[in-house]
Amino acid sequence: MQTTAFPSDVESTMAPADLMRWGALAAAAAVIGFGVSRRSMPGLLIAAGAAPLAYRGATGRWPAALESLVAGGDTRSALSGSRGIHVRESVRLECPVDEVYRFWSRLENLPTFMVNLIGVSDLGGGRSHWIARGPGGLRIEWDAEIINEIQNKVLAWRSLPGGDVVSAGSVTFRPARGDDRGTQLTVTLQYEPPAGSFGAVVASAFGREPSQTIREDLRRLKQLLEAGELAKGAGTTGVSAGARR
Amino acid sequence: MKACCYYGKEDVRVERVPDPQILNPRDAIVKVTATAICGSDLHIYDGYIPAMERGDILGHEFMGEVVEVGKGNERLKVGDRVVVPFTIACGHCFFCHKQLWSLCDNSNPKAWLAEKLSGYSGSGLFGYSHIYGGYPGGQAEYARVPFADIGPIKVPESLGDEQVLFLSDVFPTGYMAAENCDIQPGDTVAVWGCGPVGQFAIKSAWLLGAERVIAIDRFPERLAMAASYGQAEVLDYGEVDVPEALRAMTGGQGPDACIDAVGLEAHGTTLDAWYDRVKTSLSLATDRPHALRQAIASCRKGGTVSIPGVYGGWLDKFPLGAAFAKGLTLKMGQTHMHRYLPLLLGRIERGEIDPSFIITHRVGLDDAPEMYRTFRNKQDDCIKVVMRPH
Repeated sequence: MQTTAFPSDVESTMAPADLMRWGALAAAAAVIGFGVSRRSMPGLLIAAGAAPLAYRGATGRWPAALESLVAGGDTRSALSGSRGIHVRESVRLECPVDEVYRFWSRLENLPTFMVNLIGVSDLGGGRSHWIARGPGGLRIEWDAEIINEIQNKVLAWRSLPGGDVVSAGSVTFRPARGDDRGTQLTVTLQYEPPAGSFGAVVASAFGREPSQTIREDLRRLKQLLEAGELAKGAGTTGVSAGARR
Repeated sequence: MKACCYYGKEDVRVERVPDPQILNPRDAIVKVTATAICGSDLHIYDGYIPAMERGDILGHEFMGEVVEVGKGNERLKVGDRVVVPFTIACGHCFFCHKQLWSLCDNSNPKAWLAEKLSGYSGSGLFGYSHIYGGYPGGQAEYARVPFADIGPIKVPESLGDEQVLFLSDVFPTGYMAAENCDIQPGDTVAVWGCGPVGQFAIKSAWLLGAERVIAIDRFPERLAMAASYGQAEVLDYGEVDVPEALRAMTGGQGPDACIDAVGLEAHGTTLDAWYDRVKTSLSLATDRPHALRQAIASCRKGGTVSIPGVYGGWLDKFPLGAAFAKGLTLKMGQTHMHRYLPLLLGRIERGEIDPSFIITHRVGLDDAPEMYRTFRNKQDDCIKVVMRPH
């Protein structure tokens, strides 16, 4: 099966797991330093509170007592209830349901309209490998498996343990009206961001708010399927076309 | 190439910029043979349109010769002579299918900007800020035309540039304004603003069967054109109380339809007009809806107020109560250009109208900055400027 080529010029090569460990250590050191410098009982409590963070920084794992509270790579424990980030966006397309379904179910097509996806490759057997740009340009990778697939109705997937993100989601397809020529597509996505909720806060501060990103992705999908190309407004700057005459 | 670029309020310059390139398969590049300054360009010039950036190429009324065609465009070929509609439409979305071309879903790459302002985005426009997509405009030697297999209309050699150029905006815009009035036999139509859109609204009201057309403005050359070419009865708002005069002229009933061809920078001599001036100059309001207030006040019960004039933001002292009390129909929006092009080209070919009557100034592209000033200041009897970039 044809797979998407992965560009080699990804901004950062430091794995998120490493980054998180160093981040945790630095944060723990800062909090402990601050707490001790207060020379008071509340200060000491603050310092003591940073201990699990320091443990995670040193070992890469949360203390056992906390492990169950924090994601462990399993979508069910990481994303159940209100955990993780939930996104739900919908778009209406002037295309028949089967055409939209066919396009989406070829996962290699997704990077053509999902701006943060670098590549998706089909591993066969309902499994796929995903590479994306995370917050701050981090390269993140994970494997996923299809957990529900009903032709022209729904596609659902979840990430497999061992990847940089924990995510699960579904896309539903239904006729937008009675004439079989329109589709209403709804994406529901849950994920634990690569650097925890902190990552989402940082990302949103830089304008990459998840639901807005998905909304823009769906807008591009609509342009591709309806108009056949992505609208481009610019074209005067950064182009050295040379004189026409 | 040379292009007329925006550099700030009352600051447009003709600059050397890179030539446009084909960016998408459905694109075409047009060598611009004629382009005009639109009254709505003056809203940009006066700093009323947000999200303009330094160096943006202006202009949305242009025509020319196709010099390059994208590989996905099977309708145009090099050498075709075309007029380009100012609204950019994909032709395949829900709105294009409904003939609501200026509301196209797929032609504004910066739709999120417009969504922040209006909830949903209209189509992209040439040279009309980044809210409308940041497309480089047509006051240039060359222009890139997206979705060129849908928009541009081929024009016959038998018609000169000046006869067909205004198919790009002001003629269809005036025509849709009149069509929105749902003119019935015996109807009186009043038109505020005798700029180019107003002049074409007057002409179109006749074409669509109006019995009387009354034109309102202050500038003598515009009123004279409305009276001569437009065959309209005219009112000078500097001289008369417009709602009173319209009441008297219509037996106390009011015009059946009122067209606001002025938009957000209306002038006026009454108290509310000065109130608007003060508020907008203090940035407490964005638009000056003086003409619109008068149109609503003057219109007969159950009549239609049609708004081709451009509005950009929030209106203060908008008499919605009067509109409601009188059961008015309000119709507005950017022109659904593609709907009107073949129809109106046909009217020109049959000699029912020669749109070139509105041209008062013919210049080269280098004169653009001076012409913006002249047009804005309504000096030298300026009504319509046509520029020849080559």
